[in-house]
Amino acid sequence: MSSEQVLGRIRAALDHDAPRSARTASTVDRLARPPEHPLPARARRPAEELVHQFVAIQSGLGVDLIEVGSPADIPPAIEGYLLGLGLACRLRHGSDPLLVALPWSASPHLVVDIGAARDGDPVGLSRAVAGVAETGTLALASGADNPVTLGFVPDTHIVVLRADTIVGSYEAACALVRAAFDGAMPRTLNLVTGASRTGDIGGKIVMGAHGPRRLAVILIRGVV
Amino acid sequence: MKPAAAFEAGIAAALANPSLQAALADVPAGFVAGRARVKAALPEFEALRRTGRDIRDHTLAHLDLYLEAFERNAERAGARVHWAATGAEACDIILDICREAGARVVTKSKSMVSEEIGLRARLEAAALDVVETDLGEYIIQIRGETPSHIIAPAIHLRAGDVADDFRRRHAHLDAARDLSAAEALVGEARGVLREKFLTAEVGITGANFLVAETGSAIVVTNEGNADLTMSLPKVHIVLASIDKVVPTLNDAWPLLRLLARSATGQEFTAYTTLVTGPRRAGDIDGPEACHVVIVDNGRADLLRSKLRPVLRCIRCGACMNHCPVYCAIGGHAYGSVYPGPIGAVLAPALAGTAQAGHLAQASTFCGRCEEVCPVEIPLVSLMRHWREMAIDMPGSRRSRALLRAWAWLAERPRAYRPVAAIAAATLGRLGRARGKFAALPFAERWTRHRDLPAPQGRTFQDLYARRKREVAP
Repeated sequence: MSSEQVLGRIRAALDHDAPRSARTASTVDRLARPPEHPLPARARRPAEELVHQFVAIQSGLGVDLIEVGSPADIPPAIEGYLLGLGLACRLRHGSDPLLVALPWSASPHLVVDIGAARDGDPVGLSRAVAGVAETGTLALASGADNPVTLGFVPDTHIVVLRADTIVGSYEAACALVRAAFDGAMPRTLNLVTGASRTGDIGGKIVMGAHGPRRLAVILIRGVV
Repeated sequence: MKPAAAFEAGIAAALANPSLQAALADVPAGFVAGRARVKAALPEFEALRRTGRDIRDHTLAHLDLYLEAFERNAERAGARVHWAATGAEACDIILDICREAGARVVTKSKSMVSEEIGLRARLEAAALDVVETDLGEYIIQIRGETPSHIIAPAIHLRAGDVADDFRRRHAHLDAARDLSAAEALVGEARGVLREKFLTAEVGITGANFLVAETGSAIVVTNEGNADLTMSLPKVHIVLASIDKVVPTLNDAWPLLRLLARSATGQEFTAYTTLVTGPRRAGDIDGPEACHVVIVDNGRADLLRSKLRPVLRCIRCGACMNHCPVYCAIGGHAYGSVYPGPIGAVLAPALAGTAQAGHLAQASTFCGRCEEVCPVEIPLVSLMRHWREMAIDMPGSRRSRALLRAWAWLAERPRAYRPVAAIAAATLGRLGRARGKFAALPFAERWTRHRDLPAPQGRTFQDLYARRKREVAP
């Protein structure tokens, strides 16, 4: 089946309403200059308020939030978190420069590997490009730096987020992502709002349907 | 049995099914209350509905051009776009892709259009092991049922029903295991399905939206099953109908702000994924190939009909959650892929009036569906459109004659007034003793289920004229 047959039928229906030239001009214009639709007030607050709002919504979603002053504090924070929950101290992350450069050896309990997630991995660690304060959402871009499977295969997903990348809206977060990918989109942009859940059995919300049962965010408050 | 008769039988069975009634009784406290809560927390919600409507209307008026742009940009990102005029063609295309990939196991995330075109049955007939990975879809798959709700396919079941099915289906597990808690059931399904995720050669997802500007598909879930479906196998297939496209990412965000709030009453679902093509150079995970199959299946014809606004639909299910008829009979009674008010409008258009025209009768026209629709689809007037079509059918001779007689009378005040006065007086006298009628000739179908209050004996016009005389000096 060619596109011509499917599109031709649509075209025949629509050309009836308005001339093709006018429709084409309007389409070209919208694609070249995407419209800016109004943003909700909760996405337009001052930066510090957005951070507060992000943190409040995340805790409401059952996300474990760990605040650190600098990246060097991340390995001990993860170690403490996993030990505190009695979880295996084995994690995997991608080749994100920030994660690779962390002083892992200072946290002797942690076993750290680099790569895409494998079956049986207990913990995946990723770095988010941005946080979206309007709904407490993390924006993660796939790639060798942060393989997408790390956020879905392990039982626990830990996400590192810099507080100064918390923005108000999805629009603003997407702009940060595209800036990091030379204006293009990564293969996947994952907007994550809490851990995996389902309400499909008798309407009761149960965590850990398929993806991670547990989501933790490490928020870097200081300047990186 | 004719479809309309099957519908009546389905309604009777649904009303007499205590377990279904218990499951449906939870809808108001769940989805309906949830939507009200998140709407109250977003003052811009009503304005957002108008934005959503305008985005969808603009897209539909330029649908061919945005689909072309989508194809261009998706292929630039390395995806292959396929076009199918009918459901059968879409199934053939997908089957070919699965064969080419040497697939034996195919994982699938929830997609209503896949239900519409009968994709799973087609692939299973070709000896593929097709596994639904959305938990609700998995449950109805092993029960041999169809979804009873577009976002909560197993909403008609209770935890106890699911436990019985799991014991039957997962016979390799310990028979003495405790499945009394929902957590145990979810855990068991997770284990069984995880194995399928890891072995599947092809993963099929739907798309909530396709973005013309970037060639991306947007897929929304709470479970993360779509993400495992699209990330682990070597081939990812996106199946979407032509109406799923939006012009730009900026146009997608307002619709996403509306979607989860209207659907489950969440501010945002746990996972919203924008996927653009296959694995990139340097990537260490993700599929090697990505195909997008775009199917029409009768939608283009709706563009030039009065029914065009139905194509605005973003499949949130709010209309059914808020429908007194749906909440009384559930989804299966409708006998169509799409139940509730959106089904009553869409099903006759896609399946034909003989098959589904009667569904437009399944409404009190209370209008709650229109009030909650995130893209302001005029569901009531569109259902009325089907009722008007039904009146024009040869089988509606008696209804037509009655309506014609009524119209004749209503257009002639001099005849109408005395007739109305006689009717009101007669009914008033007859009903004086009880104040209501338990049965009336010509209205048996109405009075079978409820009493008709008796009129007071005088017509409104009579009372109005009298009051005017009394008030005026």
